[in-house]
Amino acid sequence: MSPGLRPPRPHPGEAGPAAAVRVRDLRVELGGSPILAGVDLTVAVGEWVTVIGPNGAGKSTLLRAVGGLLAGDGEVSLFGTPIRALRRRDRARVVATVAQSPVVPAGMSVFDYVLLGRTPYIPPLGRESAADLATVHDVLDGLDLGGFGRRELATLSGGERQRVFLARALAQGATLLLLDEPTSALDIGHQQEVLELVDQLRREHDLTVLATMHDLSIAGEYADRLVLLADGRVAAAGPPEEVLTESLLARHYRAHVRVIPGPHGPHVVPLRRR
Amino acid sequence: MVAAPTRPAGLRKRWLLAGFAAVLVALVAGVSLGPVNLPPGSVAAELLNLLPGVHLDSGLTEREVAIVVELRLPRVVLGLLVGALLALAGGCYQGVFRNPLADPYLLGVAAGAGFAVTVAIVLGAGAGGALTGLPVTIPLAAFVGSLGAVVLTYLLGAAGGRDRSPAALILAGVAVSAFFSAGQTYLLQQHSDTIQQVYSWLLGRLATAGWHDVWLVLPYFVLTAVVVLLHRRELDVLSVGDDEAASLGLHPQRSRYLLIAAASLGTAAAVSASGLIGFVGIIVPHTVRLLAGASHRVILPLSMLFGGAFLALTDVVARTAAAPAEIPIGVVTAVLGGPFFVLILRTARRVGQ
Repeated sequence: MSPGLRPPRPHPGEAGPAAAVRVRDLRVELGGSPILAGVDLTVAVGEWVTVIGPNGAGKSTLLRAVGGLLAGDGEVSLFGTPIRALRRRDRARVVATVAQSPVVPAGMSVFDYVLLGRTPYIPPLGRESAADLATVHDVLDGLDLGGFGRRELATLSGGERQRVFLARALAQGATLLLLDEPTSALDIGHQQEVLELVDQLRREHDLTVLATMHDLSIAGEYADRLVLLADGRVAAAGPPEEVLTESLLARHYRAHVRVIPGPHGPHVVPLRRR
Repeated sequence: MVAAPTRPAGLRKRWLLAGFAAVLVALVAGVSLGPVNLPPGSVAAELLNLLPGVHLDSGLTEREVAIVVELRLPRVVLGLLVGALLALAGGCYQGVFRNPLADPYLLGVAAGAGFAVTVAIVLGAGAGGALTGLPVTIPLAAFVGSLGAVVLTYLLGAAGGRDRSPAALILAGVAVSAFFSAGQTYLLQQHSDTIQQVYSWLLGRLATAGWHDVWLVLPYFVLTAVVVLLHRRELDVLSVGDDEAASLGLHPQRSRYLLIAAASLGTAAAVSASGLIGFVGIIVPHTVRLLAGASHRVILPLSMLFGGAFLALTDVVARTAAAPAEIPIGVVTAVLGGPFFVLILRTARRVGQ
């Protein structure tokens, strides 16, 4: 479906299949204060990893660094290639980012918005090819957005918009999807709808997903692994049942919670202290 | 919903034709109307005669032909160029700053250019300019002034923090505008001998336009138009945000600087040729956006055509409404522009419901 999807080249000298994301000792300072203070992170190809952590822990910064939107000290590699060695357009064919609340330009149609995803394939001062248009049609049909092409993006509901944002990322033909708080603006029904869709797309297109999320129960239900970030460092990482523990959440979130085991991951229930 | 094939936003042929038709109408009307009204058919024939290999009998006398070719045509052509530049610069600024209110005047760009030109005239660069046409130094001074102003406005607007609102940028523009206007007033007060010269320029140079002015503006026009039009698709990508544009493989900041420089160059050329003419840069792109589509691939080329036609026709009003006296063209654009703008806002609200 996505022309331009190229098999990632393994980095020479690396044994075994390269990880989709490899971050080693990443340090980022913004305005003089450290946001990330030595983060290690590995995401295997096809894996779904969700970064959790209290406000200000550096979740979005980590995602921006992996997406190449922010330079830091340390190593960031995508599919075995250091991100600094990738040219912007090549990077955009490997990794697609959906921001927390993307700008919705006035008057832009859904079709045109999704077509922007083809930018890395369109010559800098040229125009889109028939193949680009076909890709957009395929993506829209695949996400049940076929009838929405002419609609103005700004007139869509929150859940529909989130599907369109995902469609743009898919049209990019990237195999690594970075989702910053993909469901924070949605009600619980639409949260589930969008995350099920992401999971379905991940299986259909062999995507790798790295997300940030606030809702811990939902984060645990969908991710293969969770990474708990606190004060710019990885405080815990592993399967949801190892990270979502009452003691870890009490220490890093200062939260009083009860953790109840569930079929797809633990449920985190907040409790009043008194 | 009917499953009609969805096409990307592009410039539809009928809009492009409408734009060229508007330019032609403005051209013929601008050349025909004046103190001596000439029959439009004869004027059209005379204009065609300017093309190589065309020889039509227009029935005009030699004196009338001189009026057409030496007096009115350069004025209309300059009006077309200046109107196209102001509308294009407005559409470009609105895209680059993601701000529907951005306009060469509201951003202080025109005031910066005006100040720099005043400095140049006071320093003597414009000596004799009123008679011999536009000195070459004037557009250069205007460009320096316009770039300085837009950088100042951007820095002041950005001082508000990362999440600056559209209003912050415009407020900064108003402050920068006031600053440069004050500087200009002070200079004029100190050098009252040049007031006449500066004011004749400020109030609309279209009145003294000869072919010399057209040739002087033309290279700036071509450069601005080529740079901005080549980036029309990138402006669409920039409209979804800098992070998104960067993750789609663009250099948002690099594109932004280049486009700001190009739009400021166009504004400088327009201001140095015609003085301060407001409202074109905000009215034309918004009207095009509402009628023909929101993509910059539509807005930018159509703004050039309709902006040129708009200013050339406005100039007809400026020199016939109170004939034999001429009304400064900036006054006419403001009088037409204000109510027109309110109308656009009302229509936009109705369409939005």
